[in-house]
Amino acid sequence: MKVLVAVKRVVDYNVKVRVAADHSGVDLTNVKMAMNPFCEIAVEEAVRLKEKGVATEIVAVAVGPKEAQEQIRTALALGADRGILVEAADVQPLGVAKLLKAIVDEEKPELVILGKQAIDGDNNQTGQMLAALTGMGQGTFASEVNVADGSVKVTREIDGGLQTVDLKLPAVVTTDLRLNEPRYASLPNIMKAKKKPLDMKSPGDFGVDVTPLVKTVKVEPPAERQAGIKVADVAELVDKLKNEAKVI
Amino acid sequence: MPLLSRQDLDFCLYEMLDTDSLLHTPRYGDHSRETFNQTLNTAEQVAEKYFAPHNHLADEKEPWFDGEQVHTIPEVKEAFRHYVNSGLLTARLEFDAGGMQLPHVVAAACSGYVTAANASSAAYPFLTMAASNLIHHFASDELKNLYLPLMRSGRAAGTMALTEPDTGSSLADIKTYATPTEQGHYLVKGNKMYISGGDQDITDNIVHLVLAKIKGAPAGVKGISLFLVPKWLVDDNGDPAQRNDVQLAGLLHKMGYRGTTSTVLNFGEQDNCVGYLIGEPHQGLKYMFMMMNEARVGVGLGAAVIGYRGYAESLEYARQRPQGRHPSNKDPASKPIPIIEHADVKRMLLAQKSYTEGAIALCLYANHLIDRIETCADEDQRKPLQELLDLLTPIVKSWPSEFGPKANSLAIQILGGAGYIREYPVEQLYRDNRLNPIHEGTHGIQAMDLLGRKLWQSNGLGLQTLLREIQATLQQAAEFPDLAPYSEQLQEALLLVNATTQSVGEQLQQQGPDIGLANASAFLSLSGHVVVAWLWLWQASAAMKGLKSGTNAEFYRGKLHACRFFFRWELPKIQHWSNLLQSADDTCRTMHNDYF
Ligand SMILES: Cc1cc2nc3c(=O)[nH]c(=O)nc-3n(C[C@H](O)[C@H](O)[C@H](O)COP(=O)(O)OP(=O)(O)OC[C@H]3O[C@@H](n4cnc5c(N)ncnc54)[C@H](O)[C@@H]3O)c2cc1C
Ligand SMILES: Cc1cc2nc3c(=O)[nH]c(=O)nc-3n(C[C@H](O)[C@H](O)[C@H](O)COP(=O)(O)OP(=O)(O)OC[C@H]3O[C@@H](n4cnc5c(N)ncnc54)[C@H](O)[C@@H]3O)c2cc1C
Repeated sequence: MKVLVAVKRVVDYNVKVRVAADHSGVDLTNVKMAMNPFCEIAVEEAVRLKEKGVATEIVAVAVGPKEAQEQIRTALALGADRGILVEAADVQPLGVAKLLKAIVDEEKPELVILGKQAIDGDNNQTGQMLAALTGMGQGTFASEVNVADGSVKVTREIDGGLQTVDLKLPAVVTTDLRLNEPRYASLPNIMKAKKKPLDMKSPGDFGVDVTPLVKTVKVEPPAERQAGIKVADVAELVDKLKNEAKVI
Repeated sequence: MPLLSRQDLDFCLYEMLDTDSLLHTPRYGDHSRETFNQTLNTAEQVAEKYFAPHNHLADEKEPWFDGEQVHTIPEVKEAFRHYVNSGLLTARLEFDAGGMQLPHVVAAACSGYVTAANASSAAYPFLTMAASNLIHHFASDELKNLYLPLMRSGRAAGTMALTEPDTGSSLADIKTYATPTEQGHYLVKGNKMYISGGDQDITDNIVHLVLAKIKGAPAGVKGISLFLVPKWLVDDNGDPAQRNDVQLAGLLHKMGYRGTTSTVLNFGEQDNCVGYLIGEPHQGLKYMFMMMNEARVGVGLGAAVIGYRGYAESLEYARQRPQGRHPSNKDPASKPIPIIEHADVKRMLLAQKSYTEGAIALCLYANHLIDRIETCADEDQRKPLQELLDLLTPIVKSWPSEFGPKANSLAIQILGGAGYIREYPVEQLYRDNRLNPIHEGTHGIQAMDLLGRKLWQSNGLGLQTLLREIQATLQQAAEFPDLAPYSEQLQEALLLVNATTQSVGEQLQQQGPDIGLANASAFLSLSGHVVVAWLWLWQASAAMKGLKSGTNAEFYRGKLHACRFFFRWELPKIQHWSNLLQSADDTCRTMHNDYF
C-alpha cells in the first residue's frame, strides 16, 4: 500500500513570533523553521504502518519555498521513501489541496495522511478540501488509525468523546495530537536520507493555479492581558460575568 | 523557552566561523548545511524530550546506595539509551567506525544542547565517548575489538579513574599499583575517589580507565600507566561473565551535578582485580591527557551553556517582573515597570550575555580548530594549529568555568528572592556549574599549565599562531569604522600581553618558577579576557555584515552592544592583572601560614 504524507514548513513552535511592522503578517526573517508538529505525527503514523508491513511505500509531499526541502529530508530521515516538493510561496489551503489532488491522481496512494492543521495559520482545511476534491472519504482529528481489508478505521477526537469511522480506501486521514509520539531522526538515518530521491516540481507542472483567493486585511498581536482581580464570593463572580464581561 | 538560542549557534557556526568551508574537504564532503541542521534538530529534540524533563528531579532525588547496589532514577537510563540510539554517541566517529563523521564544531553544538538540558545525565554518555576514544587510539586490537562495540552500543559506560583520596591535582603521587601476571593481564590494587559514573544501574557493564603504577616503575609521572578495568569481566560475546574485584565503597553527596554518581572505588580488595594495560607501560598519563584535553574543551562548553541557560531564564524573568519605577518617576500611583528597564538589571543581563555568548564562541572556536587540524593535509600548516589548540586548552577549560558560574550568580541576583529558592531553576544551574573550575584540573592547575608550559612550548609557536588569527580578525574589522575603537583597544591589549609575557618569561628564567608562577592565575585571567575580547570583535564584525543584510537588526545590535560591554566593562581589567604580573607582586607568596 502506498501512503502519501503531507509535510509543511512552519515557524518552530518554540519561536515567539512578532507581528511585522506593516501588519501584513508575522515577521519570519531568520527565525527557526521546522516541520509542523501535526505533520510530524502524520509521518510517524505512516512509518509505523510501514513497520507493521501495512504500507509499502511512503511519499512525503510539501508545498512551499525551496527551503522546504529541509522538512522533506527530515521526513525521509524519519522513514519516508521519497519526496516531492512543489515549489511555491504562500499557497493557501485550497491551492495546496488542489496540488495534492493532482499528485494523488499521479501517485494513486491508498492513504493520504495530513496534519489536522498547521501551527502557523491554524486553518484546519487542507485535509477536508483534499477529500472533497478527490471524492475520498475523510477521517479527521485521528487519535487511532487501523488499516485492514481495504478499509481504514479512524478514531476521531470530537467534542465530548470519540467517534470511530470506517472508510473505504483510498482515504484521507488528518492527525490529532494524541495519535502517536513522533520519533526523532537518528543521525545515521539523516545521512541515509541524503541518498533518497526528492523531486522538485512547480504548480505549473500540474496545471494548478495557486493564486491566493483570501486576502489578509491586517494582522495584530493579541491584546495584552490585563491584571486579574480577586472577587469576594461566587455571587460577585456571577454578577461580573453577567454585567461586566457579558458572557453569561 | 528553548534550551539554547539556535540563532546564536547558527551565527557562530556560519557567520562567524566559516563552518561551510568544511564541506569542501574530503573528510566532510558528504555533509551539507542540511545534515548539520537536522543533526542539531535531533540533538535539540533528544535534549528537550529525554534530558530536560528530569533535570530537576535528578537533583532532588540523587543516586542512592543500598549497600549492595546503586540506584538512579529510571529517567537517566532512558536518556542514556536515547543518546545512544539517536547516534549522538558516535556522531564524531568516522563512517567506517559506524559514526556520522560529523565535524567537531557541529558535534559540540549538539553536546551543548544536551548539557544545557541536564548536565548530570549528560555526563554518562560524555564519559563513555571520551573513554572509548582513548581505547580506540591507544589500546591493542584485542581490547578494541572486545570493548569498543560494547561502549559504542551503550552496553557499557566508561569512566576515568585518576583521583585518589590523597592525590588529586598532583597525579605524580598516585599510590594505586599494578602487578603483572603470567597470563598477561595485571592485578590492580588501590583506592580511587570522586570517580564519576564509577558505579550505576544504567548500563550492564562499566569500563574504568585507571591510572596506576606498575610495581618497580620510575617515580613521578614517568611511572604512570593506564589500565582498562571492567566492572564485569566479559565472555567472547562481550556479555558480563564474572564480577571483577572492583567494589564501591560509597557514594559522595555533592553540591550540584547530583544526578551523576560520584564514587569511592576500591580496586583489588580481594587481590583479584583484573586490569589490562593500555598501550605501553609508563605512558599512561600521556594517553590520559589526550582524553583530558578533549574533556577539558567539553568542560568549557558545559560551563558556557549552563551559564547561558541562567541568562535566558533571568532575561525572561526580567521582562515579566514589574518592580519599581525609574528614579525620575516620583508618582506613587504609576505602574511599576518590568525590571529589565532598570539600568542595573541591564548591566547584569549584559554581563551574562557577554560572558556566556563569549564563552560559547570560544568553545566552538576550539572545536573549529580541531576540525581545521583534522582536515589539514599539510604537516607544516597543521603544527601551528595544534600548538594553538594546546595553548588555548587551559583557557577554553577555565575561562567559561570561571565566568559561567559568575553569570549564574547574576541570574540569581536578577531573580532576587525567587533566584534563591528551589522553585526556580537558577540556583541549581549555579550549583551544577560550580563544579567546573574544580574537576579536569583545577583553575590554579590550569593557570600553571598555561604560564609554566603551554606558553613556551615549541618556542611560543602557539602564541604566534594566535596573533596571526587575531590579525585576520582585525583586518576584517577594519572594514567597519564603527569598530575602530575596539580594534585599537584590542591592539593595545596585545601589546600588553606581549610586555607581560616578556616580563614573566624573564622572572621565570631569572628567579625560577616559585616566583614566576606565583601569580599564574592573573595571567590566566589576562589571557582569557584578551582571547574573549578578540572573539567579541570577531562576532561584532560578523554582526556588522549581518546588519547590512537588512534583516534581524535587533539580533545584530544585541551582539554589538554585548561587544561594547565587554570592551568597556571587562577588558580594562587586564591592565590591573598585568601590573601585578609585571611587578612580580609578592603579596600572596609572602603571606605566612601563621599570619592567617
Ligand atoms: C563532582 C566531581 C567529579 C569528579 N569526577 C572525577 C572523575 O570522574 N575521575 C577522576 O579521576 N577525578 C574526578 N574528580 C576529581 C577532580 O579531578 C579533583 O577533585 C581535582 O583534580 C582536584 O583534586 P583534589 O580534589 O584532590 O584537590 P587538591 O589537589 O587537594 O587541590 C585543592 C586546592 O589546592 C590547589 N592546588 C593543589 N595543588 C596545587 C599546586 N601544585 N599549586 C597550586 N595550587 C594547588 C588546587 O588548585 C585546589 O584549589 C571529580 C571531582 C568532583 C568534585
Ligand atoms: C532566604 C530569604 C529570606 C528572606 N527573609 C525575609 C524576611 O524575613 N522578611 C522579609 O520581609 N523579606 C524576606 N526576604 C525577601 C527579600 O528581602 C527580598 O527577596 C529582597 O528584598 C528582593 O525582593 P524581591 O525578591 O521581590 O526581588 P525584586 O525586588 O523583584 O528584585 C529583582 C531584581 O530587580 C532589581 N531591582 C528591583 N527594583 C529595582 C530598581 N528600582 N532599580 C534597579 N534594580 C531593581 C533587584 O536589585 C533584583 O536584582 C527573604 C528572601 C530570601 C530569599
